[in-house]
Order: sequence, then C-alpha cells, then structure tokens
Amino acid sequence: MIGTLLSSQAAARSGDLNFPLLPAIILVPLIGGALILVTPARRNDLFKQIALMTSLVSSALMAYVLVTFRTGEAGYQFVVRQTWISDIGVSFHLGIDGISLFLMVLNAIIFPVAVLCAKIEDNQKAYYGWLMLLMSASMGVFCSLDLLLFFVFFELVLVPMYFLIGMWGHGRRVYAANKFFLFTMLGSAFMLVGLVSLAVLNARAVGGPITFDLVEITANQSLSTGAGRWIFCAFAIAFAIKVPLFPFHTWLPDAHTEAPTAGSVILAAILLKFGTYGFVRFGIQLFPEASHWAAPVMMTLGVIGILYGAICATMQKDLKRVIAYSSIAHLGFVVLGIFSLSVQGIEGGVLVMFNHGISTGALFILVGWIYERRHTRVIAELGGIQKVAPVFAGVFTLVMFSSIGLPGLNGFPGEFLALIGAFSTARWWGVVAAIGVILAALYLLWAYQRVFHGPVDAANSNFREMRWSEGLILAPLLFTIFFVGLYPTPMLERMEPTVDKLLEHVEEHAPDYNVKKIEFKGPADAAAHGAVED
Amino acid sequence: MDLIWLIPALPLYGFVMLVLLGRKFGDPKAGWFASLLVAGSFGVTLKVFFDLLALPSEQRVFTQELFTWMPSGTFDVSFGFMVDPLSILMCLFITGIGALIHVYSIGYMKGDENYSKFFLYLNLFIASMLLLVLGNNLLLTFLGWEGVGLCSYLLISFWHTDMANSTAAKKAFVVNRIGDFGFMVGTFWVWFTVGSINYVDIKAYAPVMAGTTATVIALLFLLGAAGKSAQLPLYVWLPDAMAGPTPVSALMHAATMVTAGVYLLTRLNPILAQAGWANDVIAWVGVLTALVAASIAIAQTDIKKVLAYSTVSQLGYMFLAVGTQNYVAAVFHMVTHAFFKALLFLGSGSVITQMAHEQDMRRYGNLRKYMPITAGTFIVGWLAIAGVPPFSGFWSKDEILAGAFNAGPAGPALWAIGLVVALMTAFYMTRQVIMTFFGDEKWRVEEAEVGSGEEHDAAAHAADAHAADDGHHGLTPSHEPGESPATMTVPLVVLAVAAVIAGLLNLPFAHNLEYLGNWLEPVIVDEHHLPAASVLFGLASAAIVFSFIGLYLGYLVYSKRKVAAEKIELAAMARGLYIDETYSRFADGPGTVIYQGVADFDGAVVNGIVDGVGSGTVGLARLIRPLQSGLVRNYALGIGAGAVLMLIFIVTRMNL
Repeated sequence: MIGTLLSSQAAARSGDLNFPLLPAIILVPLIGGALILVTPARRNDLFKQIALMTSLVSSALMAYVLVTFRTGEAGYQFVVRQTWISDIGVSFHLGIDGISLFLMVLNAIIFPVAVLCAKIEDNQKAYYGWLMLLMSASMGVFCSLDLLLFFVFFELVLVPMYFLIGMWGHGRRVYAANKFFLFTMLGSAFMLVGLVSLAVLNARAVGGPITFDLVEITANQSLSTGAGRWIFCAFAIAFAIKVPLFPFHTWLPDAHTEAPTAGSVILAAILLKFGTYGFVRFGIQLFPEASHWAAPVMMTLGVIGILYGAICATMQKDLKRVIAYSSIAHLGFVVLGIFSLSVQGIEGGVLVMFNHGISTGALFILVGWIYERRHTRVIAELGGIQKVAPVFAGVFTLVMFSSIGLPGLNGFPGEFLALIGAFSTARWWGVVAAIGVILAALYLLWAYQRVFHGPVDAANSNFREMRWSEGLILAPLLFTIFFVGLYPTPMLERMEPTVDKLLEHVEEHAPDYNVKKIEFKGPADAAAHGAVED
Repeated sequence: MDLIWLIPALPLYGFVMLVLLGRKFGDPKAGWFASLLVAGSFGVTLKVFFDLLALPSEQRVFTQELFTWMPSGTFDVSFGFMVDPLSILMCLFITGIGALIHVYSIGYMKGDENYSKFFLYLNLFIASMLLLVLGNNLLLTFLGWEGVGLCSYLLISFWHTDMANSTAAKKAFVVNRIGDFGFMVGTFWVWFTVGSINYVDIKAYAPVMAGTTATVIALLFLLGAAGKSAQLPLYVWLPDAMAGPTPVSALMHAATMVTAGVYLLTRLNPILAQAGWANDVIAWVGVLTALVAASIAIAQTDIKKVLAYSTVSQLGYMFLAVGTQNYVAAVFHMVTHAFFKALLFLGSGSVITQMAHEQDMRRYGNLRKYMPITAGTFIVGWLAIAGVPPFSGFWSKDEILAGAFNAGPAGPALWAIGLVVALMTAFYMTRQVIMTFFGDEKWRVEEAEVGSGEEHDAAAHAADAHAADDGHHGLTPSHEPGESPATMTVPLVVLAVAAVIAGLLNLPFAHNLEYLGNWLEPVIVDEHHLPAASVLFGLASAAIVFSFIGLYLGYLVYSKRKVAAEKIELAAMARGLYIDETYSRFADGPGTVIYQGVADFDGAVVNGIVDGVGSGTVGLARLIRPLQSGLVRNYALGIGAGAVLMLIFIVTRMNL
C-alpha cells in the first residue's frame, strides 16, 4: 500500500506538485519508528537521535508546505487521493486548508521539541518508538479528508499515548492511562456509530454507493434535519470528551499530571485540538444546520469551561494540575469562538488552538524541568526560585504572560478574536466569557508567586539555572510567542478564505443563521438610518 | 512627522539592547544608556510637536500606519500611530519626566544587584506608555495599556524575595485586570456599534450614536479607567504598589501610568458627549475617590503612603473634571500633577535613601538642615499641590473646581466636596512637610520610645516589617543624613521649576493665554463652559481661602501642637477606612470558600461520578461473571430459553 501511495499516480492527483507531501509527512515518522524498532535495544545512544532526525525531516516537509501554501485559496491543497477499501468507499484522501494548516504546523513545531525536552532513563527504544507513531498519527488526524481514515488516525493516537502515560508516567499513572483510554474510547464508540450511519444514510439519500469521503458528504448535505442533529450529537460527544468540555473533563487533570513531560506537552498541545478541530471539520462543516442548532449549548459549555477551569486551576496544589485545568479554560475560548459561527470567532478559535499548544507546551516543559531539578511539583515545596535562577524565572514569566493573554504575545490575538466574535453573535456569552481574563491572571500569578518569589530555602537554593541547551530547545516556542503576538496577520490571512467558505456553507444550509454584518458606517450613513438602537 | 514611529521605537530599542547586553553595560552605563534613549525620544517628540505647531489647528492630526495587525473579516486593525494635540502633549510629558526619572534612577539604584534589569523595565515601560497614547485605535491603546501593567507588575515585585512586594504586584495586576474586563467589553461594544475601533472613525460616528449605547460604553470604559487610574472601587492596588523602588512610584504610579485612564476617557470624549448620566457617574466616582483618599492620607505615617493616597485623590480630581466635561482642566491637572507629584515622590526617595531606607515619618524631622536641595524642592511641591497661587497646582485645581460648580444641578455639591478635599490636601501635605523637614530630629531617640503608647497601625507595621526583611532598616540615633548626589538633585530642581511655572500653560485671564485650551480644542467636541468671570473670581477666592485654612490647621496641629494629632488621625483613617481590609477579608473568606468549593466539587462530584461508573461497571461485571461458566449445557439451556421466549414474543405480538 505504501508503495502505491508514493507512486507517481498518487502524486499526479496532488495537482501542481510532483511529490506527495502530506503522505510523506505522515510516513517519515513511521519510518523513524520502524528504524527504532530494528535497532538493537542496547544502542541507547541512537534512539533519541533517530527520533529527532525523523521528526525534523517531517517538520521540514511541513515547513515546505507552509511556505508553498497558496494564500487566498479556500479549498483543500496538497490533495492526495487513493482508493483504499473500495467496497465500502474508503479512500486515502488527504488535504489541508487554512484551518488544518496551522494545526499541522503546530505538530511540526511541537514534536521535535517534545523529543528533546526530557531525559528518558528506561526503555528508550519503546519510548521513542511510541513517540514517532504518535507523531505520524497526529499528522494524519489533521489532514484526513475521509471519515474512516480520520477515525483510524484518531484511534491510533490512543495506543502510543496510553503506553507513554502508563509506562513512563508518575504516581497513579496506570489509573490515569486507563481513565484516559476508556473516556476516549467511549467517545469513539459514539463517533463510530455516527459516521457509519452518516455514510449509510448519505448513500441511501443520494442513491449512490457508500462513501466515507468528507468532501462528497459535505457537498451532498443529504440528511434530514432530525438525522443530522442526532448524528451531530454522536460526533459531538466524542469531540467534547477530547476537548475536553465540562463535564467530560475529569480524565484530563489526571492524564496531564501523571504523564511524562513529553506526554503532557503532546496531550495539551496536540491531542486536545483533535476535539476542537473535529468540531470545525466534522461538526460545523458536516452538520451546519445541527451546529447552528446546538451553538447555544456548545457556547455555554465553552463559557463554563473558561470560568470553571480557571477557578479549579487556582486551587490546585500541584503545578502540573494548575496548567492542566488552565487548558480547560483555554479550550473553552476555542469552543466559544468556533460556535459563535462568526469569522472572528472561528479564526480566533483556531488561533487559540495553535497558541495554546505553544504556550501550554512550553509551560509543561518548564514544569518538567522544575521536576527534574527538584523532584517535586508541589507548589508548597517550591519557592524563591527567581533568586537562584533568574533566567529560568524570566523565561517562565514570559511564557506565563503569553498564557495569560497579554497583548503583544501570542495568547492575546486568538482570545480577543474569539471573544469579539462571540460578542458579535451572542453578546452575553462574550461578556461573561471575558471574565475569564481576570481569572486567568489570578491563578497563574499566584502560582508563580509561590514558586518563584519570596525568600529561598535550603531545598531550593541549589536550583540549577537554565542551560543553554534548554534555552535552545525552547527557542522555537519563544520565537513563536513573540512573532504571533506581534504579527498574527500571516496566519489570519491564510485561514480567512477557508473560514469565509465555511460560513457561507453554514448560511446556505442553516435556515435561521443570520449574522449582522459589522462594518464601519460613516456618520452620514448612520444618520440616514437614524441613530439605531441595538 | 514621519518620525513618529521613532518615539516609541527608541526606548523599545533600549529595552532590547539591555535584555541582550545589560549585564555587560553594568552600573552605571546601563542607566545612562537607557536615559539617553528616553531623552532621544523626548527630542523626537519635540521635533514632531513643533511640526504640528506649524500647522493650522484644524490640520493637526496625523496618522502613520505601519502594518496590518489583526485582520479578521471586517475587524481590521492596523498597527498605526496617531499624532494630534492630545497625544503629542502626553508624549512630551511622558518622555520629559521619564528622562528625568531615568537620570534620577542612575543614582537611586546604584549598587543594586539587578541594576540593568531595572532600566530595561523602565525602557519597556516608556515604550508601552508611548504606544498607549500614540495608538490610533483602541486595541493598540490596549496593547500599551497592558504593557504598562506588565511593567508595573515587574517593577513592584522588583525586590521579589520579599513576599509582600510580590503580593502587591499580583494585586496590582489582578485588580487592573478587572478594569481590563471593562476595557475589552467596551472595545467589543464600540466595534459592534461603530464597525471600527479607530479613534478617527469613533469620533466621526459618535454624534449619531444612540444614547443608551453610548452610556453603556462609557461605563465600561470607566471601569477600565478606574482600574488603571486607581479610582473607587478599584484604587486599592495603588497604595500597595509603593512597594516598588521609589523612581517607579514617581514615574508610573504618580506621573504617567495612572493617568492613562484620564487619557482614555478624554480620548473617548466624543462618546461621552452622548453618554448622558454616565458622565455624572464619572464625576461622582472622581470626587468621592478624592475625598476618601484624602481622608486616608491624613493618617498615614509612611512617607510614600501619604503620597500614594494623595495621588489617588488627585486622580479623583481629574475624573471629576472629565465627568463635568471639563477635559482641558483634566489634562491641565494631569500635567501639573505629573510635575509636582513626581517631584514629591523623588524628594521622598531622596529622603528615604538618606535615612537608611526608613519610611516612617515619625522617625524623621529637621531634615532641611541636612538636605537643603531636597527640602527646598519638596517645599515647592508642597505649595504646588496645596493650591497656593501662583504655583501650578492652584491653576489647574481651580479650573476643575470652577468647572464642577457650573455642571448642572449637582454642580455646587461636587464643587463643595472638591473644596473640602483641597483643604484636606493642604492639611496632610503640611503635616508631611513638618514631620519630615521641621521639628525635632526624632531618629535621635531610640525607636521604642517613639512608638510607645501609640497603636501601631497595620500599614505602618507592614512597612516596618518590610524594611526589616530587606535588611536595610539601619536607622540608628547616630545616623547622619546628607544631601543626595547630583543625578538625583538635578531632576528635583528641574521638576521644581516646572512645578512652579506649569500654571502658565493655561492662565484664565484672557482667551489667548489659555494655550492648553486652544491647543486641545480640535480634539474635544463638547467643551464645558466656565461660569462668568465674577463668579469665577469668587470661586477662586474660596479655593485660596480653603487652601490656606488647610495649611494653617496643619501648622497648628503639627508645629504648634495646639491640637493632639491623634484626635484628627483616626484609627479608621490610618487603616484606609477598612475598605481594602474588607476586600481582603472577602477574598480570603467567602472568596476562597467559593473557589475551594468549586475545586472540591470537581474532585468529589464530577470525578466521583466517573469513578463511580468505573467501579459500578466492575461490580456489575463481577455479578454477571458466573454466567460465563464454560459449561456447554448451561449455554444450551440459555439458548433454548431464549428461543422459547422469542417464539412466544413473535406468536403473541405479530398476529400470525
């Protein structure tokens, strides 16, 4: 199968490109994993290097995709389509648009960093092998244009993550791994039922053979309103667990906390985005009517997540749990923005997906380093670290403020756009959600104060300052924090056509969808219509 | 004009360079480097100012768009600057006073282990503050707004090994975030209504904005401004913010940053013009803040706390001016206050460094003998803030009060409260000057004797503890204070001169002497009209009389000791009228309970259900496990029973 994928026939379908980039991006880490598999277990010096090299190659290919991505196009690019299981209409159909592009880029940034960010003592072979499988599957999730293919990648991710938490984790790692696995599987069961019935109903309505092709089913919009809503709910449960939305979130603090550093980083940065990405791609796009119907509920859950996550984060005693709960709050902004069904909201949502990955990823790495140095993450046992490690504290401060959403750093544009989008279509949701900006400052600054400020006691007085090598590992994330904060335009202009098209699609199929067009009306224009009360 | 971008770019460059090379520059090169860049920025501002001056007044607005910052659908925000009379005036005093305080800090921070870090924060602050006032839209102002908030956080916690400083910094940031909530939602509302957040568009649209909308927007921005400018009910962070180094208190927490709220509301005056009763809210918030803060200031013993509450009180005056649509007076007082309050803070810093970092005024006295320049300039600041003519504070305060008097039915009440505040201001400043620079040299007496019999109020106690923690609480009876070095006294002298003559900016005697009013005229749409000249004269006389009563009472109590100070300095005033304490008690009590309750709910209930489902499943599985016995005859029995049941079902229900 691999051979046919790389054949010139497949490549020809990708249009102007001769090389099937997306399959290669998925495949390269898999090859890395295979290499690790065949390397003898005693060659402990090689595994990390193989993992690093292959993830870097995959990332470099992704960088090429980013550079050659055609700005201003709404549709899928770099498309590859190859029949996989013809009897039930499953194909190996890949492609990216303005929404998935940056999630792929996020993958490409995070994985090499995740490979480097921690020292692994036992069973490196398995660890790096699983990591490479994880990268491959994660890349696949964001560019699959076939429902079943998406499902396969979506599920495939569980396996390496389960082992990463269960084998290299801390404390109650088995409990956490099981909880994570069972929760997600529960959601996946709903999704599987949903996507099979969707394919069947679609085929029946259209009268053609069964197909799982996202593009075709999206275009058909053949389901009755009732069926569409039921199946949307099936998908929504799977995604809500993954995001996670209240009240499906309890797997997350445990999984984040007990996972090894790289596991936490990838969980937060990448895996949570499966849920929110799923809501856009397989929620709004497949079920525009049902999404509009469910939007008030979804936005409410988003707002609950923002406030509830922030409040829970404040009271945590373990630094990792603080960050874990903060993820719930951040992802709440994403769901709020997406289901505001406005340009600003969806773009803001996608931006938050990306930037949460960067900031929270960096926070988990820093906390991992604190743990390496002090063998504890309990806030009460830390203190005064800024005195002994000012550079470490400075980097932490920077990342913290990026997570708080300080303007000028990457967290802000997405959060702001998600809020203003929500405000424009659902005012009071936007207003209540904005309270989140107050709460976010509280939990992070308080945690920071207890860990870094104050007098330094004996236990913390030998805290090692940040090394150059550590700084280099974080450098890509720090660069992104500044770049996106000061100049998010390149991202926004690449996603805008796709988002516009998505909303046109919603407008076409959701009869009640009616969004006020907000643009500057000159005073003369406004005066002509009288001073309008809103 | 094309040089506008250079105004914030110079200090920003300084920030970047000091991040990279600050340690290498060291003490004092890093300080001079930072000062030079701010001075350069001042130079550029002057150049732009004169360019603007050369234009006819209606053409004095100039925008420069650098790049598109955040384009999303119809929400299209550029990174652009707008120079007009208001913003260039702000730039002038930010960079001018900023440069002076940079120079002062060279001396003040001498020997600090994080010397260069201090200056990189200061440079970042100046850059952010300039972005705040130069931004041509609300979002860019918000960028600067949060930038100065960040610098404030970093500088209040500059001596971070003391937990009290860290707590003060966190408090400042979080309380400001409450205001930011108002700013953000206000921005959303403006965009939703106007379709743009550029100031030019807002001004163009505002005349047709619906009254209710304008009122809501004005109140939201008032919340934002009340956070940054320390007004009721959000002022509580500012007194604590004095934990930062004194130049920071002078620059940020007195002269520039805290006036950002006044700037913002002045900038949005076209909306306020439509906002109806929101203006009354602003005026009352202002005047009540002025009253509350002045009454607290009377009983403070920490030299910086007095000035901090005084700053809150003076900002209240500015809000009173804004609320009575007297924007010129607000800006006028902003400028004069920047001079005299920066002067007073720097003077207090000079005293503090010479008194072994003791901040308790009860241990000062007769310092004019040891530090004549500091004392002389401080006295100039005192007369300016007390409203003694012809010092600058008199002119600006008088204009605010006169404007308030004429502001509708509530005007006289606003005026009367303002007048009482003027008296209190003169009183507490006299108290401070006498306690510090006159009378006995109280540090010559052992500390225990001074404190005996008096209740140690919470604030002073915290300050003492703080000083003790830092290990520079070394004021002994044999201590010999001296005058501060030239880097500190020269800025004092310059500011003192400015504090004397700044009244010239806007003299009320003839229209063409109102330079400031005429200069700002194109920016302001609904200027308030002052009362007739004869009334004006009466009001001014009353203001002067009240100031002198305040001065005289202060003299009676603290110099002549005709009245025991304890009768005036009530315990409630010393403890900030319990306002801050009530907040803390709420946060530590019910607030924490609620937070903990939610967290416990998450652990026990939400997670409990999940674990319950898990163990329930395991339990159920145990129950039904015997069914899977492995005995074929049991399975056969089951199959048989099932088949019979299905048969019965089909026969009975299907009507065969």
